Amino acid sequence: MNTKVTIAGVTLQNPVMTASGTFGSGMEYGEFVDLNKLGAVVTKGVASVPWAGNPTPRVAEVYGGMLNAIGLQNPGIDVFMERDIPFLKQYDTKIIVNVCGKTVEDYIAVVEKLGDTSVDMLEINVSCPNVKEGAIAFGQKTDALFDITSQIKKHAVQPVIMKLSPNVTDIGEMARAAEAAGADAISLINTLTGMKIDIHRRTFALANKTGGMSGPAIKPVAVRMVYQAASAVKIPVIGMGGICNAEDAVEFLLAGASAVSVGAANFFNPYVTEEIVRGIEAYMEQYHIEDIKELIGAVRES
Amino acid sequence: MHKKKLTATIKSQREIAKGIYDLRLSTELAAEAKAGQFVCLYPKDKSTLLPRPISICEADGESGVLRLVYRVVGKGTAEFSCLTAGETVEVMGNLGNGFPLEEAVGKCVFIMGGGIGIPPLLELAKRMQAKKQIIAGYRDKDTFLKEELEQYGSVYVATEDGSVGSRGNVMDAIRENGLCADVIYACGPMPMLRAIKKYAEEQGIPAYISLEEHMACGVGACLGCVVKTKKVDSHSHVNNARICTDGPVFEAGEVDI
Repeated sequence: MNTKVTIAGVTLQNPVMTASGTFGSGMEYGEFVDLNKLGAVVTKGVASVPWAGNPTPRVAEVYGGMLNAIGLQNPGIDVFMERDIPFLKQYDTKIIVNVCGKTVEDYIAVVEKLGDTSVDMLEINVSCPNVKEGAIAFGQKTDALFDITSQIKKHAVQPVIMKLSPNVTDIGEMARAAEAAGADAISLINTLTGMKIDIHRRTFALANKTGGMSGPAIKPVAVRMVYQAASAVKIPVIGMGGICNAEDAVEFLLAGASAVSVGAANFFNPYVTEEIVRGIEAYMEQYHIEDIKELIGAVRES
Repeated sequence: MHKKKLTATIKSQREIAKGIYDLRLSTELAAEAKAGQFVCLYPKDKSTLLPRPISICEADGESGVLRLVYRVVGKGTAEFSCLTAGETVEVMGNLGNGFPLEEAVGKCVFIMGGGIGIPPLLELAKRMQAKKQIIAGYRDKDTFLKEELEQYGSVYVATEDGSVGSRGNVMDAIRENGLCADVIYACGPMPMLRAIKKYAEEQGIPAYISLEEHMACGVGACLGCVVKTKKVDSHSHVNNARICTDGPVFEAGEVDI
């Protein structure tokens, strides 16, 4: 049985990755799962300098999921390179660093520093809904997305994955803009912008008022968008949004994803990533699938 | 011991005050639990997915019983309140660092709790080697855990309605009884903790306070539950410590609350 998938020339032992921001750099969940078993660890977003993030409350539960407005708190690229990359290098898994910034120059500064490291891929966060500058500003218009993608591609040593926002009118158009600008892959969906109001206190549940929604409740939206994006481009698509088990992961593969990321489910079940790796193998065995590539985009009209 | 998520069996559960439940779990987590640590319980209802952080009230390694005393505040805790002996619940622990017991040895100590912040003080009072003055603030005459706390120190009660002890809050109880201490340990609502921080600064004594915040992961990955700190935090170096992993207990002078 072959569970390997290749994205932009990087071969993952299996298609299961962690979704940025839910898994730190693997240290915390390394107590629960064997990081050697994962296809890749996608790190929390890292900027050129430390970011303090938003005020609390930063998280709230909603029906079948959660809202977060962390605001990309991170230690900056220098600490990250000194601490987090050496930590991840100890494991037999691919390292994908999520990069955030307020300006194009910020992104480029991080991308250039990472060029001297052995990380495997870069995921460019142009879709965080929780920071006022940068991020989402580059991810909601095709020309802005095209521009930042081509600028980053000029400076990036590693393959570039553009992480797309679902908070757009036409996801296919966004996917095509990233591809046209030279992106090596795209990942989606980032969180859906949401809001929760505490009716007893008559206040917003989050200090930031709005937050990004994740969790199983968003999965149908994510599957639809992954299908639309995968249909629009030839570059690989990494699918995510509410994946909680192997069945969910297979659904994304069938929709056209070459790999999947597991996010909020880590909070509900700290063992979930490894369970999904095993569950996909069990599915392949059950349906006599020799090579996982047979599943990618294999959904058909009945 | 590594953090674990496992299935625990309910040994017993009863309501000990209005909306306050005393839940006893059989779990190996009891063996190494420290006073001031917490666990996360997971609701079975899949519409409420986030783990619920609940402080450890008592942990008996010998019998393997972990005791949690919590208030029903929403759907998750309402579900837990229906659990009965023999049923199971998913629990992750042990989380956080607990209270620094060594700071109290041989000293005169205030152990101060407000409302649902009182339960973790029971294990603390039990394990602490000090002259213990336990000050407990309640809303009314529903003074849960008071008799048990009395086994481990002198207990002073404050109630908001004045029905038991001093009328007012824990600070009123200190003043009314003319108490003083070398070090404070506290858990309770934020206004109480702010008052304790101010008092400790005035007195020039350390105060170890246990904080709470909305959490998602409970293990330090999501950065949801942060508190502003004087010192650079270990994770992000932005003076935002994670309550779940760097806390939940902090020296009051170290945090901006």
